[in-house]
Amino acid sequence: MRALCWHGKHDIRCDTVPDPKIEHPRDAIIKVTSCAICGSDLHLYDNVIPAMENGDIMGHETMGEVVEVGPEARGKLKVGDRIVVPFTIFCGECEQCRRGNFSVCERSNRNKAMADKVFGHTTAGLFGYTHLTGGYAGGQAEYLRVPFADATHIKVPAGIPDEKLLFLSDIFPTGWQGAVQCDIQPEDTVCIWGCGPVGQMTIRSALLLGAKQVIAIDRVPERLSMARAGGATTINFEEESVLERLQDLTGGKGPEKCIDAVGMEAHATATLDSIYDRVKQAVMLESDRAHVLREMMYVCRPAGVLSVPGVYGGLIDKVPFGMVMNKGLTIRTGQTHVNRWTDDLLRRIEEGQIDPSFVITHTVGLDAGPGMYKTFRDKQDGCIKVVLKP
Amino acid sequence: MAHRRPDRQHAASRRRRRDSADRLARGLGWFSIALGATELLASRGLTRALGMEGNERLVASYGLREIATGAGILASENPAPWIWGRVGGDVLDLGTLATALDGRNPRQENAGLAFAAVLGVTVLDVICARALGGRRRQGRVGFRDYADRSGLPRPSEAMRGAARDFQVPRDMRVPEPLRPYKVA
Repeated sequence: MRALCWHGKHDIRCDTVPDPKIEHPRDAIIKVTSCAICGSDLHLYDNVIPAMENGDIMGHETMGEVVEVGPEARGKLKVGDRIVVPFTIFCGECEQCRRGNFSVCERSNRNKAMADKVFGHTTAGLFGYTHLTGGYAGGQAEYLRVPFADATHIKVPAGIPDEKLLFLSDIFPTGWQGAVQCDIQPEDTVCIWGCGPVGQMTIRSALLLGAKQVIAIDRVPERLSMARAGGATTINFEEESVLERLQDLTGGKGPEKCIDAVGMEAHATATLDSIYDRVKQAVMLESDRAHVLREMMYVCRPAGVLSVPGVYGGLIDKVPFGMVMNKGLTIRTGQTHVNRWTDDLLRRIEEGQIDPSFVITHTVGLDAGPGMYKTFRDKQDGCIKVVLKP
Repeated sequence: MAHRRPDRQHAASRRRRRDSADRLARGLGWFSIALGATELLASRGLTRALGMEGNERLVASYGLREIATGAGILASENPAPWIWGRVGGDVLDLGTLATALDGRNPRQENAGLAFAAVLGVTVLDVICARALGGRRRQGRVGFRDYADRSGLPRPSEAMRGAARDFQVPRDMRVPEPLRPYKVA
């Protein structure tokens, strides 16, 4: 089959690789009908997250049709079922899964020993996302093996286009969880850093959950126009002062809820701390750039909430934790517990409350995938979200 | 035998040129930091070796310049301006070294070698800056307006709070004592 494979920094290729096989009785194989490039794939493209190996298959936003089912998954899945595959692999049986904390499943990371050493305790296995999270083949391919398939799937009905459903795999529940864990109240101002695909979903989620005001920060004109379409007041951080605008928009009190939809590769701005981060990261003294986190800690209203759906990989520096402590801020973060939200979100899509396909700007075949990584990374050609059709 | 399509060959060749310019820039960045640290920490030994005693402070200040430029190259998303900055620094270095090529300098040979080395690095800097500059000129074009992409069935103001029926799970709620913003 054809698949997009990682061969090093800025080197993704469409290779021919062996077809996946059932390896465990709980596995299933799907024929991929649609998959997408995620912003967090760019961290691998830029090689800032370790433990990738030459030839690893990329991708964790995937849906398709079940073509083969292992004997222990047959009670839940059958050939012909249409499923969306959540990016977190989970067993559905361990203590964390029973609590709904699927992204920290205790059993699905087959490189548990490595994750135990790096994180203190293992987290769930992820598709196409380094050997630290299991080294599982990703879904930017013609076929995908789904481990623990009896639990790791979202069944979706026929008659709704892939484009409306595909993002149940990651960015829609990720944006939703980013907003939900803020516990938004009707009087809240919610400020979202980053208007990439997750940021866009977070903006809509915050609006639907009833925030009085949604503010979105970015510098890319296309992303800002899409954010405004979703009901956000926007701040272009290259053209205006974030701090001054937030003061103006909140009567000098700051937003109650702040959401980081940027993560570890925050763009270097004219601020001293972001230049400091770039230099430290360049000389390998720091792995992640924490400008957004610092800014959120500074602007957030006391007793507010910081929600961090943006991906961080390792070490950050110069975190003003005194602000967090003295202002009594609550921090909530984590990879998304996808299936905790998807029944509800699927219902909202079916009822027409939201159509997540609004975010798609490019649809191409797998062969064009490697080029789209660069287009997406460089924010060229108005690119916000790329869907691949194998 | 499989033949690659010309457009793919062109894209692959462009990618190779881009990657090699990036690699060269990073190499020059590290070189700049290493040279700068040497100039800063061993300015006395350097000036003695070049027959330029009395210029220790000048050499140390060049070291600071090299470190700053190197950090800029490594940290920047577009290192081209920093590489051009290096070219400017190279000209300064060459001008300074030229004063040591005087026949009365007992270390003239060393100064000549250093001059030739800086000249070589200058050529590399110019090649790298031009390669990066060419890539930069391809830049962003046009603006796509996504004002019609709300993803919502009605205007956003009408959709505010449409999902208030959602029950936030207990483990993600703000604890009751920390809810200071109740409207009376």
